[in-house]
Amino acid sequence: MRVSRNPLAAIGAAALGFFREIGRVGVFAFAGIAACFTPRIYFGQILRQFWRIGFLSLPVVGLTAVFIGAALALNIYVGGSRFNAESFVPTIVVLGITRELGPVLAGLMLAGRVSAGIAAEIGTMRVTEQIDALTTLSTNPYRFLVAPRVTAATLAMPVLVMVADVIGVMGGYLVSVNSLGFNGAIYLQKTLDFVTADDILIGLTKAAVFGFIISIMGCYFGFNSRGGAGGVGRAATYAVVAAAVLILASNYMLTTLFVK
Amino acid sequence: MTTPKLQLVDIHKAFGPKKVLRGFDIDVAPGKSLVIIGGSGTGKSVSIKCAIGLIQPDKGKVLIDGEDVTNARGKKREDVLRKFGMLFQGAALFDSLTIWENVAFRLLYRDGMKRSEAKERAIETLAKVRLKPDVAEQSPAELSGGMQKRVGLARAIIAKPELIFFDEPTTGLDPITADAINDLIREMVTDLGCAAVSITHDMASAKKIADEIAMILDGQIIYRGPADKIFNSGDPRVDQFVHGRADGPIAAQI
Repeated sequence: MRVSRNPLAAIGAAALGFFREIGRVGVFAFAGIAACFTPRIYFGQILRQFWRIGFLSLPVVGLTAVFIGAALALNIYVGGSRFNAESFVPTIVVLGITRELGPVLAGLMLAGRVSAGIAAEIGTMRVTEQIDALTTLSTNPYRFLVAPRVTAATLAMPVLVMVADVIGVMGGYLVSVNSLGFNGAIYLQKTLDFVTADDILIGLTKAAVFGFIISIMGCYFGFNSRGGAGGVGRAATYAVVAAAVLILASNYMLTTLFVK
Repeated sequence: MTTPKLQLVDIHKAFGPKKVLRGFDIDVAPGKSLVIIGGSGTGKSVSIKCAIGLIQPDKGKVLIDGEDVTNARGKKREDVLRKFGMLFQGAALFDSLTIWENVAFRLLYRDGMKRSEAKERAIETLAKVRLKPDVAEQSPAELSGGMQKRVGLARAIIAKPELIFFDEPTTGLDPITADAINDLIREMVTDLGCAAVSITHDMASAKKIADEIAMILDGQIIYRGPADKIFNSGDPRVDQFVHGRADGPIAAQI
């Protein structure tokens, strides 16, 4: 590509390139969604991806949640003790985990684990002509590769976040009871008294959106990878970065929407 | 006159400023094997990708059994693809599936055949390419390059295609394995009675599997004739290529 010496022209070219890429991602995402709802639907592939994306991500999501719940409880205790509000630890831990940290941190962990994995797998299929082979076998690659991953990730993420919510709250509980002198029964009672169905639903809605973003970014960059091993590596990197940025941006937008 | 199984008429294709195909014409009759030879970067792979529909030509027509399928989409494209089999250069086997699932892919995922029945058909087809049933449960990574090519060939023929494409079928194989693959290709084409289009720059392979040989240069067919006449074509460009000489009218691409 020719690089312009004029700074304004360079900025313009970069902006045009950026919007062109957004357009391509939009078209790809639309085709991916359409493939999820039109026959032929490969249920076996969906289950397989549900296992890989959902079940195999449980350890990483669980570990993240327990440490974040524990650290959150400690920080809230330190902050709360400055104005005699230590008793708010269970309330703020459960709200923080269910509404924000559970979905966002699970999303970011899956952006690394799942998005990169999908991009590398589909990217390798692209450069070794396996996607062309699918087409010659009368199989639509969007239906066979994209739709199962998007469906599985969008459905698995809320389940993973539900698990993360429970483990995160338990992380806060363990620290509060064992290190901060809270009574276990009262801690749990306060947690259950203050959390509402809305708090949990907001987190699960965010999780579904993040699952979609993670899978579509992995598929998009994998599908468009070029140039052998280097191209596949770049696809994995771009997929993780794009998924992480989009998760954080969409989290802000969804939070704004839900607090109104 | 018999309607050709495949006809490419005045195909043009460019990638950015690079014009790869510039009025490419070819046809192949049912039951005949055509081999397209030519140097690297002359447009061989692009021509068969245009024929299959993996690449959309900028101009020109693709006819299958006389029907224009250049812009076929959806079900019509799928119906056209059902007539094809394709052996890719690197075999393009699916890493995540076992060998028998690769071979039976079309039966399992397209035709919805029961797994037990599809596995039986896959093992029968593996036997046709001289692979034993014990490879059926292995993964593609466990097989040698020559065995992967045989599996690719089995996958291409399992649904009894009317037209098979072979993309560099012997590239990267030792001479003995390459000869075995050539024999298999010839045998499969004869047994199935289908048309075959192969692209290669391996002259030993071309001679063995072709009824006719065509040569592509700069995105156009410059010669076409019977396989046994290729070494006496009378065209200095063809002579240079088939004898593998660096000196001649075609400049070496280094």
